[in-house]
Amino acid sequence: MKSPRSLRIKPEDVTTVKGLDKLIYKAEEEGVELAWHRFMKQQPQCGFGLLGICCRNCAMGPCRINPFGGEPSRGVCGATADTIVARNLIRMIAAGAAAHSDHARDILYVFRDVAWGRNKAYKITDPEKLKWLAGKLGIKTVGRSIMDVAKDVAAVLEKEFGKQDEEPLALVKALAPRKRLAVWLKAGICPRNIDREIVEIMHRTHMGVDADPVSLIAQGARAALADGWSGSMMATLLSDILFGTPKPVKATANLGVLKEDYVNIIVHGHNPLLSMKIVEAAMSKEMQELARKYGAKGVNVAGMCCTGNEVLMRLGVPIAGSMLMQELAIVTGAVEAIVADYQCIMPALVTVAQCYHTKLITTEKKAKIPGALHIEFDPARADECAREIVRIAIENYQNRVPEKVFIPKEKVELVAGFSVEAILSALGGTLKPLADALRSGVIKGVVGIVGCNNPKVKHTYGHVELTKELIKRDILVVGTGCWAIAAALHGLLTPKAASMAGPGLRKLCAKLGIPPALHMGSCVDCSRMLLLLGMLADELGVDISDLPVAGSAPEWMSEKAVSIGTYFVASGVLVHLGVVPPVLGSEKVTKILTEDLEAIVGARFYVETDPKKAAEYIAEYIEEKRRRLGWPV
Amino acid sequence: MAPATRAQYIIYIDYERCTGCRSCEIACAVAHSATKSIYTAPREKPRPKPRIRVFRVGELNVPMRCLHCANAPCVRVCPTGAMHYTDEGFVVVDEAKCIGCGLCTLVCPIGHPYVDPETGKAVKCTFCYKRIREGKLPACVEACPVDALIFGKTSEVLEEVRARKASVLAQAYLLGRDILPSPA
Repeated sequence: MKSPRSLRIKPEDVTTVKGLDKLIYKAEEEGVELAWHRFMKQQPQCGFGLLGICCRNCAMGPCRINPFGGEPSRGVCGATADTIVARNLIRMIAAGAAAHSDHARDILYVFRDVAWGRNKAYKITDPEKLKWLAGKLGIKTVGRSIMDVAKDVAAVLEKEFGKQDEEPLALVKALAPRKRLAVWLKAGICPRNIDREIVEIMHRTHMGVDADPVSLIAQGARAALADGWSGSMMATLLSDILFGTPKPVKATANLGVLKEDYVNIIVHGHNPLLSMKIVEAAMSKEMQELARKYGAKGVNVAGMCCTGNEVLMRLGVPIAGSMLMQELAIVTGAVEAIVADYQCIMPALVTVAQCYHTKLITTEKKAKIPGALHIEFDPARADECAREIVRIAIENYQNRVPEKVFIPKEKVELVAGFSVEAILSALGGTLKPLADALRSGVIKGVVGIVGCNNPKVKHTYGHVELTKELIKRDILVVGTGCWAIAAALHGLLTPKAASMAGPGLRKLCAKLGIPPALHMGSCVDCSRMLLLLGMLADELGVDISDLPVAGSAPEWMSEKAVSIGTYFVASGVLVHLGVVPPVLGSEKVTKILTEDLEAIVGARFYVETDPKKAAEYIAEYIEEKRRRLGWPV
Repeated sequence: MAPATRAQYIIYIDYERCTGCRSCEIACAVAHSATKSIYTAPREKPRPKPRIRVFRVGELNVPMRCLHCANAPCVRVCPTGAMHYTDEGFVVVDEAKCIGCGLCTLVCPIGHPYVDPETGKAVKCTFCYKRIREGKLPACVEACPVDALIFGKTSEVLEEVRARKASVLAQAYLLGRDILPSPA
């Protein structure tokens, strides 16, 4: 008979994070299935899917193309592998851009309600940033109340989703460097309206519309730019305005941040609207007292994924782990509630939670999971909702089964919160010291690393190896999302980690008191990197594509990552991917992405699954950029 | 040429389970490529060829592969001895000896082997004998997401198939007992 596939995981094969081995063994002993088990059951994965050559866009199909050159070479409608791969790719971009930008929309609505006095649960926490943004958008601030300014800003930002003209997006015009804007206008990829670019992708990829891979990918780039420079940008800017712009903050990471005698709540997902309120409610005297009434010493909140990054950067809330650790958090048996909003919430959490006392609480109308407890989060009643959720978690403490509790001891210290403002302040108020360090060769370049975990890559190995290899070569690393958590878990986000850096970077870190790898936020905060890149290019009087910089997504998996990668390439930054994207079924699309884009936007994608080889390649690329600028290499 | 023997292994095909996804075809071509990777195999020259193909016949999807005959006509007619049996009894072609005459194609009862225009050599299923010797499943079997292809020792596979069929018969019997008048 077909031999049953072994379903035991060797922890050392799947993760490099300390302490997880014990939890993986515990999960297996207790019959809990994890993402790695399901990944094994999916092997081997569908070849058509891996190559991007199946099309389900109409009911004449599904169609697939023979990748080995034989028949069928076209879909029923006549679409070639080139058309199908390009269509599938930009649908991924559409989904990614939609996720980031819809997240922004949710924050915008709250911001608008705050401006108009309809929402009293939130407030303008950083008026200076609001005024700066208003100034960039050409809105008068002098002599006006901050709420009036906010109303005008909200009015401009809501049009980003719905204006009906061919003009570039307001945030693009306000924040992108002139030289870049000219590149996009020339290429016809300057975004006009966030929702429209996404809708246009869905239209173009409908049966019988756009079949040209070049024009399809151009539209993909346009939607991705709408995401990066407007959707994600808006999410970051408004989060800073409502909750405060992050400043360097010390915290701890890994599942060891869970506390044995406390009610443990994990905030999971992406949007700070919910998580900030949960933390606030949990820390209140009322809730801490209630916890003691139920026999706990208090309430402890820890973050997971990007909403974890949001509360980490702003409040120093400890971060329990990255995407692939969400199930293991429950396996500790010590989590009373996982409170989720949206994105990267595995439906599997319900099944895992059923093996313990943990309650999975979903809060978003857009993101329900069968089997979870759904408590809808209404931002107008934010405090009330948050208190209700925290109360449920506290009441659940009595259901904890002591013999099932195991919290690994491992936890690491970190410094997070390097917003652009925080970086500027560390540099003494201007970018000049960084620009000088780059020009003189004290540091060779800057690389932004982002995104995700993926069981195709040994968990955190891709992120961490690449980071170590780059800092060793005097390349400053900045990043967001699950990279930031991976870097934290391996102690790279501390000033001490500079000892692993090359001599130049080590000197710079010592001078500024910063780590060699900077936590810039959640995945929507990749927008912070765009801003930094734009400012750096302006400071040096060049285009972004001239800078000795690169981007990387060593363990990417989500459609959001495809959008992020594309907006970085379209912004002039080489992007390395550590997981092969589903495009190799078309030689033409592969060539466009990895070669031809260079001539249009000054950057391209580069795929390499070995992080050490990738680091070498990126270092050479940066060297080449430096040579072209006439800088020492 | 070794004496004709029936291999002790079988790939049993459960036609009712096959969804026609053609994953077996892809996995087969990759298994017979030089690089053994889905990402690079499609670019190889000569192009790797699948040795299994799924046909649609009425309501059924039928994966067609070599049956590895016990007394294989292709082995008997091969003028150079290229077509031969492995120790396990699988019918395979020795490319070094193959002259691409195509006699194997003419005599095959199910139209399996053919001469590849790119290489001038006969192409056929190898039962993935090298993978089997390493303790792995044949590539098509491993790739099948719905277990329509079942690999194993012939006796064991058939034992299970018979047990399954027996339960169908038993159910039919029980159903019949319920709906037919009992013999007085």
